Order: sequence, then C-alpha cells, then structure tokens
Amino acid sequence: MTMRRLFPIFGLLTAVLLSYALYEALVAAPTEQTMGNVQRIFYYHVPSAWTAFLLFFINFVCSIQYLVRSNPVADKVTNWTVIAIAIAACVAAFVIHPLPQGMEPSSVATTGLAIAGLYFLIKKYFSRERVDALAVVSAEVGVVFCTVVLVTGPLWARPVWGIWWTWDVRLTSTLVLWLIYISYLMLRRFSTSGQTPVLAAALAVFGALDVPLVYFSIWIFRTQHPQPVIGGGGSIDPRMLQVLLINWLAFLCFAGLVCWSRYRLEILRRELEETQALEALLEPRSPR
Amino acid sequence: MNFLYAAYAATWIIHIVYLGTLVRRYQRLSKEIAELKK
Repeated sequence: MTMRRLFPIFGLLTAVLLSYALYEALVAAPTEQTMGNVQRIFYYHVPSAWTAFLLFFINFVCSIQYLVRSNPVADKVTNWTVIAIAIAACVAAFVIHPLPQGMEPSSVATTGLAIAGLYFLIKKYFSRERVDALAVVSAEVGVVFCTVVLVTGPLWARPVWGIWWTWDVRLTSTLVLWLIYISYLMLRRFSTSGQTPVLAAALAVFGALDVPLVYFSIWIFRTQHPQPVIGGGGSIDPRMLQVLLINWLAFLCFAGLVCWSRYRLEILRRELEETQALEALLEPRSPR
Repeated sequence: MNFLYAAYAATWIIHIVYLGTLVRRYQRLSKEIAELKK
C-alpha cells in the first residue's frame, strides 16, 4: 500500500484518537483538588511541549547529519559517537546508583538507545538532501507546538499564580528556544545564498543546546514553574498519567501527519525549483 | 473554566491556522506546476 493511500486512513485514526483524548482530558480525568478544572490545561500544555522537544531533537539530528555526511571521516566519527552515547547511557543506568535527580535507570538506558535508533533510522531512509528537507519540516512543526506551549502556559498561570508571565528560567528559556527556531525559519525563508542549508544547520545545532536547558531547568534552578510530575521524583495520580499519555500519543500522531504533509510539500517545492532552474538554463537566449 | 476553554480553543486555532497556510502553499505550488506544464 502506498503512502498516499495510507494517509487518509492514518488521518481518520488520528481524528478519532484526538477526539477520544479530548473527551478523556475534559470529562474522564479526575479533577485536581487545589486548582480545579483549570488544571486540565495540563493535558494540552505538557504533550505539546514534549512534541515540540521531540521535533527540535529531530531537527538537531538532521542538521548534524547534513553537516557531517559531506565528509566521510566526520560521518564515521559521528556514527561512533552516537553508538558510544547509547552504550554510555546503558552502562550509566546500571552502574551509577542513585542517578541524579531521581532519574529511573530504565528511562536513561531507553533514551540512549532511542537517540541511537533515531539517528540511524534517519540515516538509512533519508539522503543528505532529504535530511535537509526533514530538518526544515521538523523545525516548522516544532515551532507550531512551541507556540501552543507559550500560549496555553500563561492561560494556565493567570488563574493559578495570579500573573500571566514571569521571567523565571523555565519560561524564559522556552521563549528563547522559540525565538531561536523562528530565526532559523526566517534564515531559511529569506536567505538566497547557496550556503543557507549549512548556515541553518549550524544554527540548529547551537539552538538545540537550549532544549536540555529548558527540560532540566526545573530540576536545576528554583523556578515558579512546577516541578516535574513524572520522573525525577515527581508524583501524579495514575489516572491523570494515563490521560496525559493518551493526549501525548494523539498529539504525536497529529504531528506525524502534519510533518508528512509538510515534507511532501517541501520535496515538491524543491523539485519545482530544480525544474525551473533547468528550464531557465535550456531556454535559448535572446540576441542582444 | 473560561481559561480552560480559552487554552483548548487557542491550541486548535493555532493548529488550524497552520494547516490553512499549508493548504494555501499547496494550492500555490499546484498552480506553478500547472503553469510549467503548459
């Protein structure tokens, strides 16, 4: 079955899953005792943030691959570095006791293996040019999800904290992350230089350094933002966790669908540009 | 409750606006391809 035929089926499944997730978030999830119903923003705010982080990570992997795949030595070194990271994560999970910030050994090992898996999956299925297209797509869809985080956050903060915004580390680093990827997209949109993909990839590599800062800021610094609810010693009602994961799965499927459409558009746009350039070259010049 | 509905509505407005820009870009591209084929 071709991807084109699978698209409507996957779209329908995603729509059903999103509707079910919405029902779970608004109706089935238990009401939080202190905040009341407004806490249900959590089921959209947190999955959107996780999806944005994942997309920015894909952008990071694609950017690294775009930069190193032109040089066989750098490519080989990066492959071995990724393998070393996966092995180090597995070893650290079983050797270091206890892990910092109450991290679970299984999640550290799984993260290491997932990083390596994602890296080699992208490498196997995407050529160097297609990796560049995937980088643009993941950054663009990531910015959309990050915008959702930055909008739903203040709407949750106002009734709970009494303020729309505060310049604490978590909130400020998220805003900086959003601005970095906006600048990345503007560079890709408006720069006409042949070096644009290389410059954008370099910017993305540095931009991705902000993702761990955003994620771990609530563990490292004292912030207005609440502490993590899962992992790192956080506690959450099992039913709430279930609803959170259902919503994340629904948003992941939706993000996958949007990325798929945007990727097809990007490939089509690049092919059209190539054809137009070729046609301009072949066109007979008018005599001066 | 107003903040809750505002947050959910804002989420879907952002996604729908983005999907709208994708549809517009598709239409523009299809037009350019049709012109090229002429």
